Amino acid sequence: MSSSDHAHDHGHDDHDHHHGPAKGMMRWITTTNHKDIGTLYLWFSLIMFFIGGGMALIIRAELGSPGLQFVDPMFFNSMTTMHAIVMIFGVVMPAFVGLANWMIPMMIGAPDMALPRLNNWSFWIMPFAFTIMLSTLFMDSGGPAGGWTLYPPLVLQMGDSFAFVIFAIHFMGISSVMGSINIVATIFNMRPPGMTMMKMPMFVWTWLITAYLLIATIPVFAGAVTMLLTDRFFGTSFFSAAGGGDPVMFQHIFWFFGHPEVYILILPAFGIVSSIIPTFARKPLFGYDSMVYATASIAFLSFIVWAHHMFTTGMPLAGELFFMFSTMMISVPTGVKVFNWVATMWRGSMTFETPMLFAIGFVIMFTIGGLSGLMLAITPADIQYHDTYFVVAHFHYVLVPGAIYSLMAATYYWIPKWTGNMYDEKLGKLHFWISTIFVNVLFFPMHFVGLAGMPRRIPDYNHIFADWNFIATVGAFGFGFSQLLFVYIIMKCIKGGKEATSEVWEGARGLEWTVPSPAPYHTFEQAPAIDANTVTR
Amino acid sequence: MTSGVYRWMLFVVFALALPSVSWAGYWGAENTNMPVGVTEISGEVHALHMRMFWWCVAIGAAVFAVMIYSMFKHRKSKGAVAADFHESTTVEVLWTIVPLVILVVMAIPAAKVLIKMEDFSDSDMSVKVTAYQWRWQYEYLDEGVSFYSQLNPAHNAARQANSDIDTEQFEHYLKDVDNPLVLPVGKKIRFLHTAADVIHSWWVPDLAVKKDAIPGFINENWAKINEPGIYRGKCAELCGRDHGFMPIVVKAVTQEEFDTWVSEQKMKTAAADMDAIRQWSKQELVASGERVYQANCASCHQKEGQGIPGMFPAIAGSDIATGDIDTHITTVMNGVNDTPMQAFASRLSDADLAAVITYQRNAFGNATGDSLQPSQMRSLRHGMRQSALDTPENNFKGVN
Amino acid sequence: MSGATDYYVPHEARWPIVGSIGLFLFFMGFANWLNGRVLGRELFIAGSIVLVVMMFGWFGTVIKESESGTYSPQVDTSFRMCMMWFIFSEVMFFAAFFGALFYARSFSGPWLGGEGGGGADVTNALLWTGHDYGWPSDGPGALGGDYRPMGWFGLPLINTLLLLTSGVTCTIAHHAIKEGDRKKMVRWLGATVALGFIFVACQAFEYYEAYAHLNLKMTSGIYGSTFFMLTGFHGFHVTMGAIMLLVVMLRGMKGHFTADNHFAFEAAAWYWHFVDVVWLGLFIFVYLV
Ligand code: HEA
Ligand code: HEA
Ligand code: HEC
Ligand code: CUA
Ligand SMILES: [Cu+2]
Repeated sequence: MSSSDHAHDHGHDDHDHHHGPAKGMMRWITTTNHKDIGTLYLWFSLIMFFIGGGMALIIRAELGSPGLQFVDPMFFNSMTTMHAIVMIFGVVMPAFVGLANWMIPMMIGAPDMALPRLNNWSFWIMPFAFTIMLSTLFMDSGGPAGGWTLYPPLVLQMGDSFAFVIFAIHFMGISSVMGSINIVATIFNMRPPGMTMMKMPMFVWTWLITAYLLIATIPVFAGAVTMLLTDRFFGTSFFSAAGGGDPVMFQHIFWFFGHPEVYILILPAFGIVSSIIPTFARKPLFGYDSMVYATASIAFLSFIVWAHHMFTTGMPLAGELFFMFSTMMISVPTGVKVFNWVATMWRGSMTFETPMLFAIGFVIMFTIGGLSGLMLAITPADIQYHDTYFVVAHFHYVLVPGAIYSLMAATYYWIPKWTGNMYDEKLGKLHFWISTIFVNVLFFPMHFVGLAGMPRRIPDYNHIFADWNFIATVGAFGFGFSQLLFVYIIMKCIKGGKEATSEVWEGARGLEWTVPSPAPYHTFEQAPAIDANTVTR
Repeated sequence: MTSGVYRWMLFVVFALALPSVSWAGYWGAENTNMPVGVTEISGEVHALHMRMFWWCVAIGAAVFAVMIYSMFKHRKSKGAVAADFHESTTVEVLWTIVPLVILVVMAIPAAKVLIKMEDFSDSDMSVKVTAYQWRWQYEYLDEGVSFYSQLNPAHNAARQANSDIDTEQFEHYLKDVDNPLVLPVGKKIRFLHTAADVIHSWWVPDLAVKKDAIPGFINENWAKINEPGIYRGKCAELCGRDHGFMPIVVKAVTQEEFDTWVSEQKMKTAAADMDAIRQWSKQELVASGERVYQANCASCHQKEGQGIPGMFPAIAGSDIATGDIDTHITTVMNGVNDTPMQAFASRLSDADLAAVITYQRNAFGNATGDSLQPSQMRSLRHGMRQSALDTPENNFKGVN
Repeated sequence: MSGATDYYVPHEARWPIVGSIGLFLFFMGFANWLNGRVLGRELFIAGSIVLVVMMFGWFGTVIKESESGTYSPQVDTSFRMCMMWFIFSEVMFFAAFFGALFYARSFSGPWLGGEGGGGADVTNALLWTGHDYGWPSDGPGALGGDYRPMGWFGLPLINTLLLLTSGVTCTIAHHAIKEGDRKKMVRWLGATVALGFIFVACQAFEYYEAYAHLNLKMTSGIYGSTFFMLTGFHGFHVTMGAIMLLVVMLRGMKGHFTADNHFAFEAAAWYWHFVDVVWLGLFIFVYLV
């Protein structure tokens, strides 16, 4: 919180005609300031990261060795389910929205988000929605235990938690859609004259496209869970064969949302990495235009690949072929991005501060996850990989050293701008190295057990899987506890540290580096002058 | 390039190659890679998998090598000065086209295998596989044989929380069943997958088959096993509390052995029919009922009938198990809609049903003194079928 | 510096947190109610009231600010974009239900009836013996018993005409305000609102008919499910749209809006046209074919 207290102090220097933030609790509850709201989002997701991570550690503890040691299978299933929901909807998405709030207005030279009150509401829904979601864990019948994919008819067997989970999803959906609308309106409408679309930083572009994906798919998800609700409580039969429906229909609707959703979790990460690598390579981003087109292509393709999650459901051959080919196609624009990053580094003048380390870690490990995704796209092979730990390994590689690493990179990169202080570089590097070692110890062996036949979502297994699982569990605890270091570094940086200049990084480019560090409470109330020569990205 | 750079590149190649090679050394290891399996398709899938794997290693190695080279060569501390180029249509077109070509090369063999897998024609025999929470039913449609298959009871006891049974004594812990699926080798066997409650998925890695079992629908699948042997698999779709405890065992035998086995099974069925007609004593019913209960009901209602509060009701002192016997019978036969309590009418024989109901009414302190004869069940069952068809909600579960 | 923007950034917002609490009570209450728990319905009602109060308060503030000229044209554009993207999200919400309808009609239905390859023939032969597929369908289990489908002729056709006419009256009202003729705008808006409410009344009657005479219910298999969910959500949207137009009309009567500042009118009108178009989709795919 004190990060913005600083902002407050400095805010009056240039803009004394504005009243600064209100005092105490009410400041945070009623704030309409994009930086305050960004801060709230970021704290919220950090807290949720520990809750979701705590659940992951329960999962890993149970899977540390064969036999049921700690938890009931039902509780295990609800841990799996809740872990995923918390991590996706409570950590990665809000964190990206928080970064969007903080950075997009500063990057495009806008005074704030387009609809500041709505912005406040988008955030203040989240704690309430997750109160509903997490409260189900304390019900007699336990939390939701049907997997985050909520497949009927299993999900219809849940106890009291069912209705709460559905409504919590509606609730979060309202927040996501409102937040995205706000971002779209900000990007389209709040750019000062001269800030053309092609002058926007990649982070802004990726968020624009992400927001579009969110607005297009979250309502579909809301529709799908509404059908679950009426099937359970009002006698409809969308997902029951006896009434002419089909359980697989839910999967189609779910993945029509679910696949774009995974790109929602990665496109802003691409944007972050595309900001960081040029800075530390001291060289402009290679192939900006093709990056924009690649992002758009990924978004487009993401709408026509959803059934690659359903190769074992008995689709007709033509469908399987179509979804295999379209899924493979996504590798092309994604490859363009990876190659552009490498070309940006090529013949640069690189230094390796913590944000750069995390960005490079991202590129390498995301690519590993992407390549295993490509293997999954091969339908005959996927029929074997499906619902095994190989899939778990795939998506954790793109999500943890992928999305989560991008968030850490972003934090290290922008925290001097947020707090006005440099973080502790030594500790930052240490954090990177131990995280990177443990994250691979954690997730790499999952490829092996998956291939060898260990299904996902099981609390107990045969001894042949024991060694790799034990190693993964060691990695999980190592990775989990090294995140405490992350929190320590953040705290330390908020409290003090070397003062940051406004440029912060030698190679930094873009408007956010033209304002003082910490960024004043209000920035760009006067539209900055931007002409063809202004460096904005 | 300086020798220092070569050293670094060597290091990188080594670092990347190490895990893949050490993994390659594990190829045969049953805990690290996909099995080659025992069907033509499984061999092709394995080959496809390995080919994709090496493609990915190669792509990764190429990309990372360039990247890491540049990281060492173009670092500021080495005095590198940033160039200023930031686009090149040529390379950009190149690295769009080349991956596209690679993808086409990957897709062709994949499509071939897929087309082969999806050819269900000309099968020699059909087995209908119905999934239940948490067991499988196998029906040999042509032979008229049918039975249930579930986790080996010894493993089931060992896996309970606080069981104190060492699981390591079982070589195939959680991968063994009471009644394996017996199949002849060299025959194209068509599987018809469906489910009675929620979605399950029938997966045997050695046969390279995995297909979802969807309630109300039938999915086709096939395998032609080349070698006799025992092949183990698992349910691969989350299906509730005991999803992890729903193994599959396929025992592939020669045609002669298979024929012998079929006639044995037929004899067993005939014996069960006899059981349903004869008069049983109460002790017999309770004794047999306990066995049926522990095998079929205890996973939810628990060993001592105490249930799990909030999830599975207790049988001890249950209103239904101590009240009107008709309600009790209906509950067990038709199940309770939208709960894990499923219809056992199609799953248990008349003798087992009569026994388990008698047992529940006389065990765990439920002292009703009632007893139910298999013959009563048999006549009830016919009435029940009829009424099950009248109420559409139950229809779904009543059909078998 | 290239000219100052005077983008209006409000300094605090008290209504959002009220809205969140309202939604929280609403959802918690609804869930408890569905589970048959105590206080569920009461919480649900309390939440609804808080939400209504929030909307009055929030929109009231915005209206006051708008009328006092706080907003620049750029703010106006933000509102417009917001509304357009909101409508797009609504389109996608309906898309899910239309998707369900198409899927059931062209995939799961025929499959259960044994048409097509794969396991369709065995599905029909072994699980649903004797079931013939044809739309409308309540599935092989004939859920909900005998029913008669809702024909397109009669009420649905009248409703189509009502909504189409209301689209025209709404446009006339729009032209009126663009010419600065507020009285005319109010008159034509009045007609639009009336048509909207007549539509809702007709639909209520249609539902009554369905339940009372056709035995067509939510529980009538997939046909009943898609029929009531699609028309139901549409009817709900018509109601909301009509209320929005009503508020605009009342504001018009109070002397709000000018020829070049009438965003609220336009937002409500866009919404109304969206509802109109959805109805056309419904009329064609739910009633006609
Ligand atoms: C951030 C999230 C994210 C991202 C980015 C991706 C990216 C991809 N995913 Fe992943 N995926 C998930 C999250 C994600 N996935 C999740 C959460 C699940 C499981 C859901 C569940 O069941 O719970 C899943 C599951 C999943 C499946 C289903 C598996 C199954 O259940 O059977 C498949 C199948 O095709 C798949 C494929 C892909 C592909 C092809 C990509 C591609 O986008 C990857 C593209 C990238 C590269 C290929 C690497 C870089 C490219 C180059 C270096 C160029 C050179 C390349 C070539 C020459 C080809 N994913
Ligand atoms: C962004 C998404 C995201 C992230 C970040 C993670 C992070 C992690 N996941 Fe996640 N996971 C998913 C998304 C994610 N996961 C999804 C979508 C599924 C599929 C669910 C399904 O099947 O339905 C899944 C499933 C899943 C499984 C499979 C479960 C199963 O199939 O039964 C496992 C098993 O190991 C696992 C492990 C982990 C671990 C160890 C981490 C680690 O990275 C976590 C790091 C840990 C911490 C950060 C903890 C820090 C905590 C402390 C230091 C202790 C203090 C604690 C408190 C204060 C409370 N995950
Ligand atoms: C998959 C879990 C599961 C299995 C296996 C199972 N049951 Fe049940 N059973 C339930 C659930 C859940 C209920 C509660 C249904 C409800 O909500 O009314 C129940 C209810 C009952 C009841 C009514 C109890 C009461 O007082 O409400 C009886 C009797 C019963 N089961 C008997 C059996 C018998 C006999 C078997 C084995 C042949 C069996 N059950 C196997 C889950 C199971
Ligand atoms: Cu059956 Cu999982
Ligand atoms: Cu996907």
